[in-house]
Amino acid sequence: MSTVTQTEGRELAPVSTESLAALLIAKDRPPRPSAWSASMTFGWRAILKIKHVPEQLFDVTAFPIMLVLMYTYLFGGALAGSPTAYIQFLLPGILVMSVVMITMYTGVSVNTDIEKGVFDRFRTLPIWRPSTMVGYLLGDALRYTIASVVMLTVGMILGFRPDGGVGGVVAGIALLVAFSFAFSWIWTMFGLMLRSEKSVMGVSMMVIFPLTFLSNVFVDPKTMPGWLQAFVNNSPITHLATAVRGLMAGDWPAADIAWSLGWTCLFVLVFGPITMRLYNRK
Amino acid sequence: MSTQTTGLAIETAGLVKTFGETRAVDGVDLAVPAGTVYGVLGPNGAGKTTTVKMLATLLRPDGGEAHVFGHDVVREADAVRGRVSLTGQYASVDEDLTGTENLVLLARLLGHRKPAARERAAQLLEAFGLTDAAGKQVKNYSGGMRRRIDIAASILNTPDLLFLDEPTTGLDPRSRNQVWDIVRAVVAQGTTVLLTTQYLDEADQLASRIAVIDQGRVIAEGTKGELKASVGAGTVHLRLRDPAQRPEAARILRLALDAEVQSEPDPVALTARVGGAGNGQGAAEQAGRALAELARGGITVDNFSLGQPSLDEVFLALTGHDTHEAEGGQDEVAA
Repeated sequence: MSTVTQTEGRELAPVSTESLAALLIAKDRPPRPSAWSASMTFGWRAILKIKHVPEQLFDVTAFPIMLVLMYTYLFGGALAGSPTAYIQFLLPGILVMSVVMITMYTGVSVNTDIEKGVFDRFRTLPIWRPSTMVGYLLGDALRYTIASVVMLTVGMILGFRPDGGVGGVVAGIALLVAFSFAFSWIWTMFGLMLRSEKSVMGVSMMVIFPLTFLSNVFVDPKTMPGWLQAFVNNSPITHLATAVRGLMAGDWPAADIAWSLGWTCLFVLVFGPITMRLYNRK
Repeated sequence: MSTQTTGLAIETAGLVKTFGETRAVDGVDLAVPAGTVYGVLGPNGAGKTTTVKMLATLLRPDGGEAHVFGHDVVREADAVRGRVSLTGQYASVDEDLTGTENLVLLARLLGHRKPAARERAAQLLEAFGLTDAAGKQVKNYSGGMRRRIDIAASILNTPDLLFLDEPTTGLDPRSRNQVWDIVRAVVAQGTTVLLTTQYLDEADQLASRIAVIDQGRVIAEGTKGELKASVGAGTVHLRLRDPAQRPEAARILRLALDAEVQSEPDPVALTARVGGAGNGQGAAEQAGRALAELARGGITVDNFSLGQPSLDEVFLALTGHDTHEAEGGQDEVAA
């Protein structure tokens, strides 16, 4: 309250109509920005928002740390004999699971942000239409990278030793971030489609929980009943987890990498246009 | 409404927008000459914002046509977007970012390179007296500062057409005057302004032509003079010392003003419209004569004021029904 009354009470500097007139006379208009440049500018906006509201990084720091610790010590002894042995298997998987889970916040922030007046302004600009959303997701890709680095650090402290070295780890994270960027288009769609933040959250949970848990993140699918194996072995999360696990272990799991990239393209090609359709209709 | 197609910034024919069962905009025809301020006057929910949103390519019309500088707002939306700017009813800037960041962001999106964007942002903040607040997040700005940064964002590139959707709603009188000064400066440089407002005096101050809109329809359109002649130039408000004198005072007023006189709930108050007869007399002149007649009749007047017709009165005169919201203009000016 104090800040508001302060600014209200203080004398505002007057508007200088002469300098305003001088500024208005300049009629030169630069050419419209390229799709790339507009998207990067919106990405910059997302980064500025993180700078001003750093609390929003809570979900990409505290939450993943919690997941790594919980599952390592909860299942470690039972499934692999010891937490240290289990984390070699678990970390790439839990990394995939957490980052894919974090993507759902995209839908929530799109849903709350789109109602604000600034979107009206963006939509009246002569720019490549999807750049607003692409910029959003570029900012989110940064969040996913932060989450990955945080979890990897915690994993290393707990005893995770990737055989793939720096190259394998970087490749694994890059694949994961690319997949998550594509996967996020599902949430931008829901963020635009559903009316309230709560319903976005609800729908996201319904999709994300079965999808991430029914995978090979925690255990080898061979222990599952046949019908479940059929689902799990064809889930994009399983392909991604296997690919990331392989890359970090120093292998080159070509088939799973191909599958992951295939899903990545599919998500963008299907949900990107739907998102843009909804965005243009809003 | 037959106007030649040249020199028009906006031209609409039978524009319709429905939301479910509601016809928010129900056949609006507008012809806005380039280089002027055009006022769209109406109460909340009249369809002003919806109309503006269709013209600014934010909403797709359900019927009719709209052209902005000859470009169809649906088929040539990008061409329209290149020439217009919108300052919405609620701040159309990012509240989480600072004033500078907002302007640099938008300047970049308009195609300026980084140094040029920074320079333009700094110049605009300077001209709008916001240099001190440049590094603060917009959510900490006062109402007047928000309007300024919002308008600054709209003129990063001088637009050919600027939409101002209720630019002074919720502002204190001083900030309101400053916004008016900005609008005058913008239009003086050749930009066309479409201004929506709930306040008749705002339209009166700024606009050269006014369309009055109610329930999605234009119910009156014309120059200020034409509109006022149809409504009455003003309203006389009178408070007497002695309630017993009211019937006599009402009779004298009716004769002097040649207008309907209303008895208010307050037993000493009377109101009457003046200047509506189109008899060439100024409202002030008529009112002065009425005051003299009252004095001659031995009536003691405690308080006398001549106000502009409020939006409520304009509505009553034009539609025969009240505005739907109790937010009519409080536009009285003591005479």
